[in-house]
Amino acid sequence: MTGNIVRPYGDTTGDGRIQVSFTLPVPFGTPTEKARAEGAAMQLAAKMGLEPAMVVHAKGMGPDFTFFIVYGRVSHLVDLSQVTVVEREFPLLSPAEVNLRIRTGLGRKLVVVGACIGTDAHTVGIDAILNVKGHSGEKGLEYYREIRVVNLGAQVAVPDLVARAKAEGADAVLVSQVVTQRDAHITNAQEMSAAFNAAGPDRPLLVVGGPRFDPAMAASVGVDKIFGKATTPGEVASYLAYALTPDGEPVPAPAAAGGAAA
Amino acid sequence: MQNRLNLDPKVVRQARDLARTAGQPIVEMAKTHTTVSVERAVLRLAGLQGADPDGMPWVNRLVDAVRETTGLEHGVALPAWDALLSGGYDSLAALAEAAAHGKVQFRLPAGDDALAAKAAASAALSKGIARIDANRAQRQQMIEATSDPPKPWIYLIVATGDIYEDIPQAQAAAREGADIIAVIRSTGQSLLDYVPEGATREGFAGTYATQENFRLMRAALDETSHELGRYVRLTNYASGLCMPEIASLAGLQRLDMMLNDCMYGIIFRDINPRRTFIDQRFSRQIHARAGIIINTGEDNYLTTADAVDAAHTVVVSQLMNEFFGKEAGLADGQLGLGHAFEINPDVPDSFVLELAHAQLVRELFPDAPLKYMPPTKHMTGNVFAGYLLDAFFNLCGVMTDQSILLIGMMTEGIHTPFLSDRDLALENVRYVRDAAGRLGESFVPAPGGFIGRRASQVLGESVDLLRRICDDGLLNAIADGTFGITKRPADGGRGLDGVITRADGYFNPASEILEKEGERGHSTHPASLTASQIGAGQ
Repeated sequence: MTGNIVRPYGDTTGDGRIQVSFTLPVPFGTPTEKARAEGAAMQLAAKMGLEPAMVVHAKGMGPDFTFFIVYGRVSHLVDLSQVTVVEREFPLLSPAEVNLRIRTGLGRKLVVVGACIGTDAHTVGIDAILNVKGHSGEKGLEYYREIRVVNLGAQVAVPDLVARAKAEGADAVLVSQVVTQRDAHITNAQEMSAAFNAAGPDRPLLVVGGPRFDPAMAASVGVDKIFGKATTPGEVASYLAYALTPDGEPVPAPAAAGGAAA
Repeated sequence: MQNRLNLDPKVVRQARDLARTAGQPIVEMAKTHTTVSVERAVLRLAGLQGADPDGMPWVNRLVDAVRETTGLEHGVALPAWDALLSGGYDSLAALAEAAAHGKVQFRLPAGDDALAAKAAASAALSKGIARIDANRAQRQQMIEATSDPPKPWIYLIVATGDIYEDIPQAQAAAREGADIIAVIRSTGQSLLDYVPEGATREGFAGTYATQENFRLMRAALDETSHELGRYVRLTNYASGLCMPEIASLAGLQRLDMMLNDCMYGIIFRDINPRRTFIDQRFSRQIHARAGIIINTGEDNYLTTADAVDAAHTVVVSQLMNEFFGKEAGLADGQLGLGHAFEINPDVPDSFVLELAHAQLVRELFPDAPLKYMPPTKHMTGNVFAGYLLDAFFNLCGVMTDQSILLIGMMTEGIHTPFLSDRDLALENVRYVRDAAGRLGESFVPAPGGFIGRRASQVLGESVDLLRRICDDGLLNAIADGTFGITKRPADGGRGLDGVITRADGYFNPASEILEKEGERGHSTHPASLTASQIGAGQ
C-alpha cells in the first residue's frame, strides 16, 4: 500500500514542494495594495493545499491585475492505486506515424472524400479537418502525404456523395453537420449511411462529425465513428489509420462501434 | 542596410527577373478577367452597405442580379448605374433591394446612356477613393499628433469572437506595449463568398471582419493612441474569397496593415488559383492607394514543411509577392513580407541557421517592413523551454533588423494566451530589445563563414526553383504541388465560378481611377511616398 502513496518531489523525497503561477484581478500599486495582493495569493495557495507557501514573485499587470509565482508544500497525497487511465480505442499518432502506417499497411494512398450534406452550408468543420490550414495547431488531412483528400464542400446531395465516393475509390467518407434544427444532423447522417449500405457491400468507412453529435450514437446513426466538439485533425487521421490499415487493430463493425470485427 | 552576406548581386537580379517572368502571365490574366468580388468591391467603394433580412449583403444581391441578366463581362458598373439613372432610384441600396425582388430590368446601355452611366459611376467611385485618400492623410496626421514607435514594431493578436470584448483587450495590449493590434478572423471566413455585415459578437476562434467591426476597433485604438502618445496600428485579414472587398473596407475604415498573400488562399484554403490572383491584384491596388502595409503569409510554408529544407520556398514566395505587389502599385515600404523562426531546435546550429535565413531576407528586401513570426511548430507543452525559444526568436529579430515582430507566447498551441502569458511575452521582448538592441550593428558574419554560405545556398536554391516555375508556368507549378505540399490545379478549388472573362468595353470605374493615377507616374502619386513618410521606414 505504501508504494502506492506518493507526494510531489522538490529536492527531497516526500517534501511535497511544487510551484504554481496565477493571476488575480487585484491591483498592485500602493504598498497597501501590494500587501493585500500578496495576502490574497497566500490565501488562494492555502486553499489549494499549499502550506507553508511563499510568494516568490508578484507583478502588477496594468491597473487591475497581479501575476504571482508561488512555491509551497502541498499537503495532498497521491494514491496511485486510484489512478484510472481512460483508453482511447485507437492510438493518437503523429502525422509521420500516420503516413508510415498507411504506407506499410495499405501500400497506397488512403482516399478520403469529405462533404457537408443536405442543406448545411457550414463548411467550417469539414474545412478545419481537411484543409492544410487545419486548426488548434494541427494541420488538416491534406497535409498528410499518404492521404488523398477530395473535399466536395457544402450542400452535397447524398446520391452524389455515394457516386463520387465510388468514383474516387474512397476508403473513408467524412461528413460534417453543423445545422441541427429538428435533429437534421442525425436524420441526414442516417440517410447517408442507409444510402451507402444500399449501394453494395464494400462501402467505405463512414465518419461523421459536428458540435452537436454524441460520439456514443455511432451505432444508432449507422456509421462507424462519430466525432464530437473540438475534434482535431490529428485525432481523425489517427482513427483513419487505425481503422483502415490491415495491420492495425480490428475495424469496428458498423452495428457496434468499438466492437470486434473485420 | 549594409551588405553583410556578400550576396552576389547578379544572382539577386536574376532571382527578381525570374520572378517577373513567372508572374507576368498571371498579371495578364488578371488584367483580362474580373470576379464577383472585384465587382462587389466597386459597389462597396461607391458606398453600398447593408444586407437583406437574411444577412446577405446588398452588394452580393445586386451583383448576382446583374450577372443573371446582362452578365458581368462588362462589369457591374455600367448596367447598375444605368438602372440607377433610368429607374429613378435614390440610392444603390434602393436599387439593390428592387433588384433582389426581380423588379429591375438591367441592360447594357449604349451611346449617350452609356456615357451617362459611366459618368455617374465614376463620380461615385471618385468619392469613395477620395475617402480612402482622406484616411491616408488622417493616418499621417495621427502619427504626427502622437508618434511613430521605433522598430521593431510589436505585433499582438486579439481574438475573442466578440468585437466588444476585443476592444478592451486590444486597448490593454496597446497599453502593455503593443504597436500593432491584429484582430484574428473567425475560422473559415476566408471561404465565405460574402462579407458579413454589422458589429458581430460571436465567431469561431476569431472575430468576423466586417466594416462596422473595423470602424469600432479603429475608433477605440485612436482613443488609445492619443492616450499613449503613440500611434497604434490595426491589422486585419484580406486573404480569401473576398480579398477585394475586405481591402476596400480596410481603406474606407483606415486600417493600417492587412494580411494579403498572393498564394495563401490557394495553398492553405483550396481557393481557386485564378480567382485568387485576379482578386489579389485589385485588392493590392486598393492597399497601395490606402497606404496600407500588406503582410504576406510565407510563415505558413514553414509550419507545413521543414524550415531548413523549405527555406528557399519562402524566398521564392517573397519574390513573387514583391513582384505582384509592386505591379499593383505598392511601394517597398508597404511590402510586409513574412517569414518565421520555425527550425527544429534539435537541429545542430538551428539558431545560426535562423540568423542566416533572417539576414538573407533582410538583405534581399532592404526597404521592406519585414514581418517575422515566432516559433509555433516546435513549441511544446514545456512553457519554460518555449519561453527560452521565444527569447532566441526575439534576439534573432533584433540582430537582423526585422521590422515587425509578432510576439511569441510560451503557451502557443496550449490555449488562447492568458493575460499573464502576454505580459511575460512583452517582458521577454523588452528585455531583448533593451539588452541587445545595438547588437545588430556589430553583427557581421565572417566572410565565407557558415552564415554567409547558408544564405547563398538558400538564394541559389530559390533561383533553381524559380527557373523550374518559369519553365512550367506558375499555375502549373502550383498544380504540381510546388508550394506547401498540396496540388492545386488551376481549375480546382472554390470560387472559380466567380471568375469572368472581360469583354471588350469592360468598365470598372475604380480600376480606371487607380490605374490612371498609377500611370501618371510615381512622382505625383501618394504611393511614391517614401517608406518613412508612410511610417514604414527604418
